[in-house]
Amino acid sequence: MSTEVKQKESLFSKKNRKLISDPFNDNNPITVQVLGICSALAITVKLEPAIVMSLSVMFVLAAGNVIISLIRNLIPNRIRIIVQLVVVASLVILVDQFLKAYAYDVSKQLSVFVGLIITNCIIMGRFEAFALGNGPWKAFMDGIGNSIGYGVILIAVAFIRELLGSGTLLGFSVIPQSWYINAETGTGFYANNGFFLFPPMALIVVGLIIWAQRAKNTKLIEEN
Amino acid sequence: MKFVQNIFDKTRPLVEKDGKRNILYPLHNALETMAFVPDHTTHSGAHVRDAIDLKRTMVTVIFAMVPALLFGMWNIGRLHFAAIGEEAALLDSFLFGALKMLPLITVTYAAGLGVEIFFSWKRNHPVNEGFLVSGLLIPMIMPVDIPLWMVAVSTIFAVLIGKEVFGGTGMNLLNPALTARAFAFFAYPTWMSGDQVWINTKGGEVVDGYSGATALGDLATTVGQGLGNPSTDAVMAQFGAGGHYSFMNAFLGLIPGSIGETSALLILLGGLFLVFKGVGSWKIMLSFFVGGFVMAGIFNLFAVNEFMGLNPLHQLMLGGFMFGMVFMATDPVSAAQTETGKYIYGFLAGFFGIMIRVFNPAYPEGIMLAILFMNVMAPLIDYYVVEANIKRRAKRVAHA
Repeated sequence: MSTEVKQKESLFSKKNRKLISDPFNDNNPITVQVLGICSALAITVKLEPAIVMSLSVMFVLAAGNVIISLIRNLIPNRIRIIVQLVVVASLVILVDQFLKAYAYDVSKQLSVFVGLIITNCIIMGRFEAFALGNGPWKAFMDGIGNSIGYGVILIAVAFIRELLGSGTLLGFSVIPQSWYINAETGTGFYANNGFFLFPPMALIVVGLIIWAQRAKNTKLIEEN
Repeated sequence: MKFVQNIFDKTRPLVEKDGKRNILYPLHNALETMAFVPDHTTHSGAHVRDAIDLKRTMVTVIFAMVPALLFGMWNIGRLHFAAIGEEAALLDSFLFGALKMLPLITVTYAAGLGVEIFFSWKRNHPVNEGFLVSGLLIPMIMPVDIPLWMVAVSTIFAVLIGKEVFGGTGMNLLNPALTARAFAFFAYPTWMSGDQVWINTKGGEVVDGYSGATALGDLATTVGQGLGNPSTDAVMAQFGAGGHYSFMNAFLGLIPGSIGETSALLILLGGLFLVFKGVGSWKIMLSFFVGGFVMAGIFNLFAVNEFMGLNPLHQLMLGGFMFGMVFMATDPVSAAQTETGKYIYGFLAGFFGIMIRVFNPAYPEGIMLAILFMNVMAPLIDYYVVEANIKRRAKRVAHA
């Protein structure tokens, strides 16, 4: 595939739009490439941290892709990983400081996982696979697309886990208090499912999403 | 019976391959094989033909479970009336338990078969008998008062994630019944553990000195007290002769616990039946027992608390050890397949079961976790047994 584009392309040409839509389904970083699973297990107990995490990754990935793409011809090939790490680390520190300043509670919940965005396989993967060989605008679109693909799965998993595990969404109870089994009065019939609070259940939920996706999108099924 | 046959014959063209109601084929097939002996034989997969088929195997296991099941029903009633201080005849106790047990069994079968039939439709193959045994095992390893919908959710999870995602009956890695229990245990711990769930006390005031704890629950309270600490005397007295959890009581099953797991005697009877019929593997049962005994023996020798110091044989009579040994570990699909592998698999399952139970009293049902763990390890064991065999024979060829 040649990286040089001969004639001028419009900003939102079909090819460029595909950069955004492709990671959403056919090439989803979590469900198809199975990258970034660690954070999908760790911070999806509640919806709020998952949303904040998705936005953070979106910022780091889009900005990082643009920076790497801009300096791609200056980076010596042998030390490119170090350079990528420096870029992503600086961006992550920015995000971390920003969260500490403006969303302290969420920042505490996410704790070490904001720092661990540095090691998120999706980010290094996009730098290596895309930003090093494409122009800044395309790299930006690719970063946005991939982080949306990542965020959608993250939020879907967190939605299911918070709803079934804690009976809340974004911290608000959505299951009426009178539904819960009350041992003293003997009323109610419902109980939260504690299994959804454990990371293994996140893995199972991701697995179910992959199953549903493959059932719909048959071209993802490998032949063997 | 002729007219029933006629109904099936008349509707068959409708559901056959290009019939109008093709989608109903699995249901038609299931009902027909339930009513009549089917006229077709196994046509793929199996290479060794035997007079015994899957259905017959499953029914044999069900027969083996019946003594423990009936005893469990009686035990529910007996404990209930004892707890509220009422005298009750044997039949009253039994009926009370049977009325508690029937909804559990019905709900389990309805939920599990619902999922199975759905997948049969989707994959267009006949409903098979794989769920018959699991559907009876699941209610037997639940506490008596667990809400029915929790049983249903656990069953659906077990059939879906434990079995269907791997391709259905015969393909599963994990024992579906234990998967259901593990799910319920982690999802709804309040209804699956503790000292409130094992005896039904509704409809009366509990008598003085009533305790709903299980033997293992009581033993767990002695951990951290040290060996021979006077504060544990009251608990340990229950394990001596004449106590609630005396060896004889535990052996006969007159103790609280999951519905079907308490009576070691009747479970062993079922186990003997399985071995006699050639359905259950004696190798797994024996090595499972030895594994548990060895671990309990080691604990007994180096005991630092009363739980570890319990007589090894007594230790094995408590909790789900016997039930797991006879009905869970021997599941032919999820156990090791090689003959040598069965010894290793059984031994480690029993060994780890006792280890988890004693080292982590928060998981009194270590047996469940140990068997599930060994289910996952079984293919690995088989792999190395086969590899070792190949190496041995290659060596023999090289020497010859």
